[in-house]
Amino acid sequence: MSRHTLSVLVEDKPGVLTRFTGLIARRGFNIHSLAVGTTELEGLSRITVVVDVEDTPLEQVTKQLNKLINVIKIVELEPESSVRRAHMIFKVRADAAARVQVATVVEMFGARIIDVAVDAVSVEATGEQDKVDALHRVLEPFGIKEIVQSGTLAIGRGSKSMTDRAGR
Amino acid sequence: MAGPAPARTQRTDTPTPASVPHPGTVRRTPSSQPEVITGAQAVIRTLERLGVDTVFGLPGGTILPTYDPMLDSEQIDHVLVRHEQGAGHAATGYAAATGRVGVCMATSGPGATNLVTPLADAHMDSVPVLAITGQQSSKLLGTDAFQEADIVGMTMPITKHSFLVTRPEDIPGAIRAAFHIARTGRPGPVLVDITKDAQVATLEFVWDDDVELPGYRPVNRPHAKQIREAAALIAESRRPVIYAGGGIIRSGAHAELRALAEATGIPVTTTLMARGAFPDSHPQHLGMPGMHGTVPAVAAIQKADLLIAIGSRFDDRVTGELETFAPYAKVIHADIDPAEIGKNRVAEVPIVGDAREVLSALLEELRGSFSASLEDARESWWTLLNGWKESYPLGYEPGDTGLCDPQYVIERISTLTGPEGIYTAGVGQHQMWAAQFVEYERPNSWLNSGGLGTMGYAVPAAMGAKKGEPDRVVWAIDGDGCFQMTNQELATCVISGIPIKVAIINNSSLGMVRQWQTLFYDGRYSHSDLNTGHETVRVPDFVKLAEAYGCLGLRVDRNEDVDRAIEQALAVNDRPVVLDFTVPADAMVWPMVPAGVSNDSIQYARDIRPDFSSEAAEEGEIR
Repeated sequence: MSRHTLSVLVEDKPGVLTRFTGLIARRGFNIHSLAVGTTELEGLSRITVVVDVEDTPLEQVTKQLNKLINVIKIVELEPESSVRRAHMIFKVRADAAARVQVATVVEMFGARIIDVAVDAVSVEATGEQDKVDALHRVLEPFGIKEIVQSGTLAIGRGSKSMTDRAGR
Repeated sequence: MAGPAPARTQRTDTPTPASVPHPGTVRRTPSSQPEVITGAQAVIRTLERLGVDTVFGLPGGTILPTYDPMLDSEQIDHVLVRHEQGAGHAATGYAAATGRVGVCMATSGPGATNLVTPLADAHMDSVPVLAITGQQSSKLLGTDAFQEADIVGMTMPITKHSFLVTRPEDIPGAIRAAFHIARTGRPGPVLVDITKDAQVATLEFVWDDDVELPGYRPVNRPHAKQIREAAALIAESRRPVIYAGGGIIRSGAHAELRALAEATGIPVTTTLMARGAFPDSHPQHLGMPGMHGTVPAVAAIQKADLLIAIGSRFDDRVTGELETFAPYAKVIHADIDPAEIGKNRVAEVPIVGDAREVLSALLEELRGSFSASLEDARESWWTLLNGWKESYPLGYEPGDTGLCDPQYVIERISTLTGPEGIYTAGVGQHQMWAAQFVEYERPNSWLNSGGLGTMGYAVPAAMGAKKGEPDRVVWAIDGDGCFQMTNQELATCVISGIPIKVAIINNSSLGMVRQWQTLFYDGRYSHSDLNTGHETVRVPDFVKLAEAYGCLGLRVDRNEDVDRAIEQALAVNDRPVVLDFTVPADAMVWPMVPAGVSNDSIQYARDIRPDFSSEAAEEGEIR
């Protein structure tokens, strides 16, 4: 099994996400993360999906996804030619005594505290998945009450845009 | 909705050679002045503009608005079915027989869910079908309102595409796009679900031929480089075989297939979905490959050094155990659907394109750059092939029960009806015998449920085929099990004047289930006995059932009475005919490759395996 990041340009129409995820599920692939949003072009949305899959079935699922009428374009973003970001928020146990320690860790990782309560703080982190995972490990001993994370976002390096030709 | 900048639009009618009637020809009329009509009227008006002449359906609450203007349409002939499944299969039969889009209509909730099986069936067999369903009013969607069912959600995996329309102004565009998607590229079923309020409200109707689908661009024309590589492989091959699939029939590529085969002298096999794509009487035809294929077809593929797959999809019923399928062959795989290529078997030369264009491009390339190879008669290959054809022809052992032999019945129906007949079948033994023992000479003459294997397909599909091709004789060759699933459409046939002929191959059991129980479950016949046949209570009595519907019903118990009954059936054209052929329950379909094993272990008859040892020498040379 290997992990692949697909960037998918779709028409912004009702049911598109259902068609997309339904097809992936039917073919027996596991979605690791998913992020959806509008793009700079009106009427087009972009799905960034990270799937765990062998190479040959990946080609098959890409072909099947391409058959969806609402899918405009699919690109696999290779790690070496793209930038990807994970975004996580942790709610960490932190009473008055621990708060300073947590704040130090947060600062070392370039993360931010976005909410403070009497016995807990909420920490926001953005970065490579590895970095965010490392922060997770360091915060673990304080006691993590809650984690929420977005799907991975990814974009190709350089000046070329995925939507360059889709707009025409 | 506001479309994105992508303005790559597709015309609803792509150019085709003038000689070929294009499926679902669009009637070109000048764009009309805007006219205010209801959504329901727009449904009918749009179907008329798309050239639809027949709709199979059954009204109900949420589609009632559309049924009102239906009454006034002079162009559309609506066939009122007795069950929506019948409407779906009839639309499929209509489409498979004519090459045009078949249209069915149903109400929301159960009406729509009854279309699920035929939609899945049409999806598996790539049949262009448009299904229009009524839906609860948009304000009630998601409230579990009466007869509300999320049919778009339910059918996503079994349709090529679907639309939920909640605004009247979207109706013409959605139906036009659905029609276009259904019949272009790899054909398939498309569903348009229209809320009741959208049907009742009004819109300004303006006709527009353009369909804007930025994410849908089927590739018809093959890549020249791939054609060149394929032609080179063909030119150097010693033991090539054409593996023709249903795509040949959908694309109307039978003439091009024949031209290529005859120019190259390459043998042809036709899959279950491709029966009729190449004439059975042609000396280069080896028959059907696969689980119940002929020995020559199966053996040729197993020994081939080049497999030329056109419009076929390496289905498990053809390949058997995939790892040992065609072990010596390189593969050229041409298909209009890129996702089929390499799905089950890696292709040395993949070609994406329409079968007709691929075949004519291949022949042109062979004539242009490899003309010397066309002189190659491949004599040693044909010596082997002809040996197999001679030693292992398709045949059967007549039974000793005194009852009709199912294979004989089907052979006689074929002979007495002639090559213009249309034959439909459901799934099971009768289907395999009908695939084997009818002589198919032309495309669009064999309609069956190949991919999904739907019991009950035959009668409604025959009804649809007869509606679309009224001048051809249409036989539903059915099993006693299958027939009991959808025979209510005989009422439709009688009332609507659709004189189909039904031949029930009545072995009083779920025949193929019984065959597997005989072979693989020690003859323990668990729940496969139907009590419809010889020496049973005959519930129901098919002859009386036929008569109750107003059909001519006849029972035939012995081979010597078969011809007379068929001739009688052929002479009756004012109503449907049901022939109840009593056959023994123990008759089996041969040859057979058991599920999941190598095609090398094909059995010609029970426990009889073809002897390929004499070919051992050649095989040495093969590798």
